[in-house]
Amino acid sequence: MAFLRKSPWIIHYDGSSCNGCDIEVIACLTPMYDVERFGMINTGNPKHSDVLLITGSINEQNVEVVKNIYSQMPEPKVVVAIGICATSGGVFRECYNVMGGVDKVLPVDVYVPGCAARPESIIDGVMKALSILEKKKGEMKEMKRNKVKK
Amino acid sequence: MNLLYGLVYLIGAPILGGIIIGLDRKITARMQSRVGPPVLQPFYDVLKLFEKENIVVTRSQNFFVFAYLLLMALTGIMFFSGGDLLLVIFAMTLAEVFLVLGAYSANSPYSFLGAERELIQMMAFEPMILLSAAGMYLATGSFFVSSIAAATTPLILLLPGIFLGLLYVLTIKLRKSPFDLSATQHAHQELVQGVTTEFSGSTLGGIEIARWYETVLILGFVYLFFGFNPLVAVTAIILTYLLQLFVDNTYPRFKWALALKSSWTVALVLGMINILVLWLYFKGGL
Repeated sequence: MAFLRKSPWIIHYDGSSCNGCDIEVIACLTPMYDVERFGMINTGNPKHSDVLLITGSINEQNVEVVKNIYSQMPEPKVVVAIGICATSGGVFRECYNVMGGVDKVLPVDVYVPGCAARPESIIDGVMKALSILEKKKGEMKEMKRNKVKK
Repeated sequence: MNLLYGLVYLIGAPILGGIIIGLDRKITARMQSRVGPPVLQPFYDVLKLFEKENIVVTRSQNFFVFAYLLLMALTGIMFFSGGDLLLVIFAMTLAEVFLVLGAYSANSPYSFLGAERELIQMMAFEPMILLSAAGMYLATGSFFVSSIAAATTPLILLLPGIFLGLLYVLTIKLRKSPFDLSATQHAHQELVQGVTTEFSGSTLGGIEIARWYETVLILGFVYLFFGFNPLVAVTAIILTYLLQLFVDNTYPRFKWALALKSSWTVALVLGMINILVLWLYFKGGL
């Protein structure tokens, strides 16, 4: 059944964002957009989360933190890169400490470009990520079944 | 017959509890002028959690959570099949202790903090709930739920102070603001998710189901005060829950010291005075 699609719990991590995208992510929780109507909750805890939202680029200091958060999330999980900085590094990509977009360290499933990304496109991106989440769950089940067979 | 009620609770309480929490989230959203999740959202959440991977830090934590769920269901069965009220109260405390042990065993600073706060909350809740059992004994002459619920005299008229005191501490048991110290969706910065931080997947789903059992059990306590008329009792339960929601949405989280002091003050003043008056009344009457 598609319960994953009905109850995506989110963790939001601010890489080296300028705070613009973060404010747009928080705006999704306000009465204007109210993502809770899709069952989304901002959990703030990787162990409860299904979707990892990352805003801002990856730099030398936060690379370990991002990897740590990702590894603590239970399978199946998806990563959504919010804003152009998380997608490719944006205007900061030439900086001496910036490694680039999130895809330099994690397997990104959905890119939401924009500077800053609008709440509508963030919600749209997360909804797109949910079908990928469903697919990953199917693969996970398949793997489990194969393991039992062997 | 009585055991039948217990069985109805075992099967019906998770369904009823889930719907209550779903309505709770919907009404809360409307109070904040949001649309809110579907009423069945808690069921979607739990069924999803059972589909997820279960990350375990120490093996024992799953055992403790299972014991918590089992004891919470057992407590409810004892209550609804008309068992001893004192036994119900202590079994409920034991269930909570297992949750705290589970949180301690995970060895994480956040679940540790949540576990400590959970213990403080239990300490704040216990005196009032024990006083209400004592008050009900004074009023009906029995500790058994079956005879308290069957009492023809309206207990609410004999125990108004105790009822008000219980209303105050119910907020703790229902994990509502201002007493949502130990585990809450709204305190990311200070304690992540408190007691439940280190649980994931099916274990977290188990905690959620235990919470549904607990909610129905707690509302069952409110029923006892209005046992003379089931219709009035159900209305009172609904009004009580709406009041809790209203308080939840209007008060910020207290510090633990204030939560403890205020609930003990309420228990001592309202509960003790009520019991004293009742005792003098019966002494004069007999």
